Amino acid sequence: MEPFSGTSLTDHALVSGEVLLSFWQPKALYRWDAGVAISAFLDGLKAGKLLATRCPECRRTLAPPRVFCELCFRPIGDWVELPGAGTINTYSVSYVNWDATRRRTPEVPVVVELDGASPGIGILHLMGEVGTTLEEITGKLRIGAPVQPVWKPAAEREGAITDIRYFRLAEG
Amino acid sequence: MLERAAIIGIGYTPLRPVSPEVSFRELIFEAAVKAYADAGIEPGQVSTFVSVTEDYVEGTAIADEYVPDQLGAVLKPVHTITTDGITGIASLVMQLATEQLDIGVIEGHSKASNIVHPAHIEALALDPIYARPLAFHPRYVAGLEMRAFLEATGNTEEQAALVAAVNRRSALRNPLAAYPANLTAADALASAPVAEPLKRGDIAQPADGAIVLVLARESRLPQLAPKCGRPVFIDGIGWTQDTPNIEERDLSRAVYAEKAAQMAYRRAGITNPTAQLDFAEVDDTFSYKELQHLESLGLARSGESGRLLAEGRFSPGGALPVNPSGGHLGCGYAYDMSGLRSVLEAALQLRGQAGERQLDGVRRGLAQSWRGLPTATGAVAVLSRQ
Repeated sequence: MEPFSGTSLTDHALVSGEVLLSFWQPKALYRWDAGVAISAFLDGLKAGKLLATRCPECRRTLAPPRVFCELCFRPIGDWVELPGAGTINTYSVSYVNWDATRRRTPEVPVVVELDGASPGIGILHLMGEVGTTLEEITGKLRIGAPVQPVWKPAAEREGAITDIRYFRLAEG
Repeated sequence: MLERAAIIGIGYTPLRPVSPEVSFRELIFEAAVKAYADAGIEPGQVSTFVSVTEDYVEGTAIADEYVPDQLGAVLKPVHTITTDGITGIASLVMQLATEQLDIGVIEGHSKASNIVHPAHIEALALDPIYARPLAFHPRYVAGLEMRAFLEATGNTEEQAALVAAVNRRSALRNPLAAYPANLTAADALASAPVAEPLKRGDIAQPADGAIVLVLARESRLPQLAPKCGRPVFIDGIGWTQDTPNIEERDLSRAVYAEKAAQMAYRRAGITNPTAQLDFAEVDDTFSYKELQHLESLGLARSGESGRLLAEGRFSPGGALPVNPSGGHLGCGYAYDMSGLRSVLEAALQLRGQAGERQLDGVRRGLAQSWRGLPTATGAVAVLSRQ
């Protein structure tokens, strides 16, 4: 194989100061205003409820909720509480940590289509209680499988998407 | 001759120091609904959307992803530009000038109140190797510029303070303004030093808000009338960007504004701006910038802007009213939406819809933007009602 041209940069060159390294810690902090729709959604989570809105025009039930329909461009005022259960739209088995090292136990991100919401509408979350190996996980999970939320105890909930610890396969 | 574009719909929220009751999506939705109602169109009729924003201001990477929903632009041609609002309009004007598209929309918004440490975001714009390690508060760039400008032109700190006073007072007649105040030049002059000669009172304070404008090709207006708002034509537009090397620029001048104005004036057929323009909305993110910009735009000779201001030439009743809205000092600094706010005021004035602050018989005006510290980037638009 032809060697790459140029001189490769080594970790040693960076650490030893052989090359110029400039450090800056950005202080990029934000306090986002959640607004009407997402504030109500987060309040709902704190109360152990999944809230959605319903567009008066296309009749879609939207979660996470919004106070306008992005397709019909109409304001929405109708709120509905969803049962919380749903079905798997798609999932992945993630083996990568933030620092690019490999995880021993994979994480399972999932898109859950929520019961009571319109087809294709749902939330991004994690699957739990699905085993620790790829074989176990892919053996248990399938697209379309029913799932249900596992909530944190009321005292630990803070009005965040993590108030649902994870989703697990529905029994039966 | 390129076909002109006209603003046929305007929608906006008032500017406010904070807006905790709504998300940025909900804020923009309000402005968009108003703009489409004003233009007498549905978002489905729009062929192209432009949005101006910057990731570090939003706190979201690839912030352009978040643009379509609240504009009714899902699965439509959308592009987001990291630049100020008037440069965004220039992009839209060019798209419409191709005569392949009929109606375009420009959106700008600010959730400045959501940024916890604005100075730290500003600092990230400085060169990371030879400027940032000095670790000055980034406002020093304005202090350097202000001193160079005052020294070179003979304008004074007192005259800069008067800009702040005049604009904050003008904002008393503008219900959209976030920072109206019955302020005197003495108050501004006595305010705390920030980067001398720049003082607290010389600095526009951040504000939240959203603006959406609907533009159309001039030849399509007969089909859109009479439902659309009174059209305001963009006679000329220009934009330019200086080197990022602060120490290399002529800090006493706003060369970017001179060049942008030349480009816009050429297109609009303006050879004598003071005679051919009835009013101007110019960038006053810092008080001295209004004076510097007036001189760069050819609306005052070098060194005369401060005196002319004190004589009342730029007051609402003067020969060439400047910033009848209250400018950014009175309305609030709204990041890349700021230039759109200046265009909004020009459009309201030309439509005769500026309420208590309406100027008499204005037919043609100018709106000018600066992209803020530490840039030397800006744009100029000449707008008319015929």
